[in-house]
Amino acid sequence: MSVAVASGGGFGRWADRRFKYLLILPAVLILLLVGVFPFINILIVSFQDISLIFEDRSFHGLLNYKRLFTEARLWQAILHTVIFTLVALPLELVFGLLMALLFLEPIRGRQVFLALLIIPTVISPIVAGATWRLMFDNQFGPINQILGWAAGEPVPIIWIVQKGFVWPAILIAEIWQWTPFMFLLLLAALSNVDKSQVEAAQIDGASNLRIFFRIVLPAIKPVLAIVLLIRALDLFRLFDVVWALTQGGPGTRTETLSTYAYVQGFQQFETSYTSAIAFVVVVLLSIVVVLALRRVEIAR
Amino acid sequence: MTAVAPATVPVYTAPPWYRRAKTWQMVARYAVAVGLTIIFLFPVYWIFIMAFKTPEEVFASPPIWAPSSLQLNSFRKLFQDGEVISVWNSLVTAGVSTLVAMFFGTICAYSLARFRTGGNNLAIWIISQRMIPPIVIVFPIFMLYAALGLIDSFFGLIVLYTAFNLPYVIWMMRGYIEDIPLELEQSALVDGWSRWQMLWRVVFPMVKGGLFATAVFAFIFAWNDFIFALVLTRTEVTTFPVKVTSFFGQQQTFWAKIGAMSILGTLPIFFAVAALQRFIVRGISLGAVKG
Repeated sequence: MSVAVASGGGFGRWADRRFKYLLILPAVLILLLVGVFPFINILIVSFQDISLIFEDRSFHGLLNYKRLFTEARLWQAILHTVIFTLVALPLELVFGLLMALLFLEPIRGRQVFLALLIIPTVISPIVAGATWRLMFDNQFGPINQILGWAAGEPVPIIWIVQKGFVWPAILIAEIWQWTPFMFLLLLAALSNVDKSQVEAAQIDGASNLRIFFRIVLPAIKPVLAIVLLIRALDLFRLFDVVWALTQGGPGTRTETLSTYAYVQGFQQFETSYTSAIAFVVVVLLSIVVVLALRRVEIAR
Repeated sequence: MTAVAPATVPVYTAPPWYRRAKTWQMVARYAVAVGLTIIFLFPVYWIFIMAFKTPEEVFASPPIWAPSSLQLNSFRKLFQDGEVISVWNSLVTAGVSTLVAMFFGTICAYSLARFRTGGNNLAIWIISQRMIPPIVIVFPIFMLYAALGLIDSFFGLIVLYTAFNLPYVIWMMRGYIEDIPLELEQSALVDGWSRWQMLWRVVFPMVKGGLFATAVFAFIFAWNDFIFALVLTRTEVTTFPVKVTSFFGQQQTFWAKIGAMSILGTLPIFFAVAALQRFIVRGISLGAVKG
């Protein structure tokens, strides 16, 4: 992995101030327009009391913020999101790493394998969700059929409804879609590990496990950090696959923070309450993201 | 010092058992690789063949693994029922927003890369904009658009996709521009070119590959988006992922149409990714891994 060398040094002398600000102006304006201005609006709305049946634009203090703490369904959704992230992320990492190790040594047709294996990651998450809804379908899906062959009798599981099956179904879809992402990036990181160090350690008689933890892991750590950060933030916003498979159901069993906010904002029309949720999430995540980005390699 | 006669190095030939073990290892790795590829591609195959099955085959239970003939009726129906317009809507919104984001994003990236405008703080603020969950971005945008009458308009969706892709474009292009040497730009200015001429004739051609790759990824992100389009469109500007979910019915799910729509929505990505092999790793890791 090469790190770009800062090359701005000699430029500042003749940098025309107006030119450099002119260049960033349109982009920053659009980002402010879409990223900051609406948040001032939801901050105001979150202190009011607006919902489908009721519109009170007077100041209500922390009414909606207090509700955040008492709404059990919100905390259940957050819990689902956190647990799902904690389960899916390590699984994707381990599967991705194993696949990367498989393809690390030269293998004929490697480029073809890579081009095919990346497909799940680049297709639309909604298509992926629809695909798995079909795969798990109890009539038209092949999964129950295959399980039926193995069991020797018809398997009547209704994956996207039955307790104990609905989360695994979402998990499988998510892992299927994002393990190739981990795989590809870890493969690239592993390919860049200095081979001479590994060979030297092998000559010294170090065990493979020791070599992995002492040489390989420290070398790929910066990539690992950024990949885990990207995926953790992705999982935290989990929406599309859940929406395509279960819409958060049955009941609220598979509700995530994003599907919950969607239902509150766009189906129940709890405008002020949803504004409070959105505002808190934006503030907390912005802090987390900025702190994390400062630490990882990506911020040069 | 007396010259030491070079030692004769024996030509090492691996013993036959070792070569056999190597061959078997290779065969095993190959088998696992092929098996994995089948597992990862089978679901895609399964949704795609739905488009080519006859209605009886689509609703056969237990399901049929390979259709007896390749029917094109589902595609015809998508055209007849006018649903295919959603693919066009996706193309327009993703395409226009990508072009706009590429232009404004690249010149902004140039300023960040060469003049260090705003330092690291501005760059981090910009990329952090991308990491906020879309649902909390789209909620205030929805209120704003409702007030401005921009719901279900091309303009509204394009503005949002542009804003969504700008951080990505800026971040990626900053990296690509930092990778090219400074001297050409300096000599272009010494030769009396204007700064804009220098951008068009020196910088952009030098980062051609990066521009192309970044544009394709930006396009794919907008193309694949579901949540923004779900919230901000009704009937006129519905994009293809929203259309796909409309085929899930209470009584019946139109799997043939979902299959056909999935093919239309996925094929462009297949070709883009195949053409981009060299840039994929850098593109999806936000530039952290340079392949």
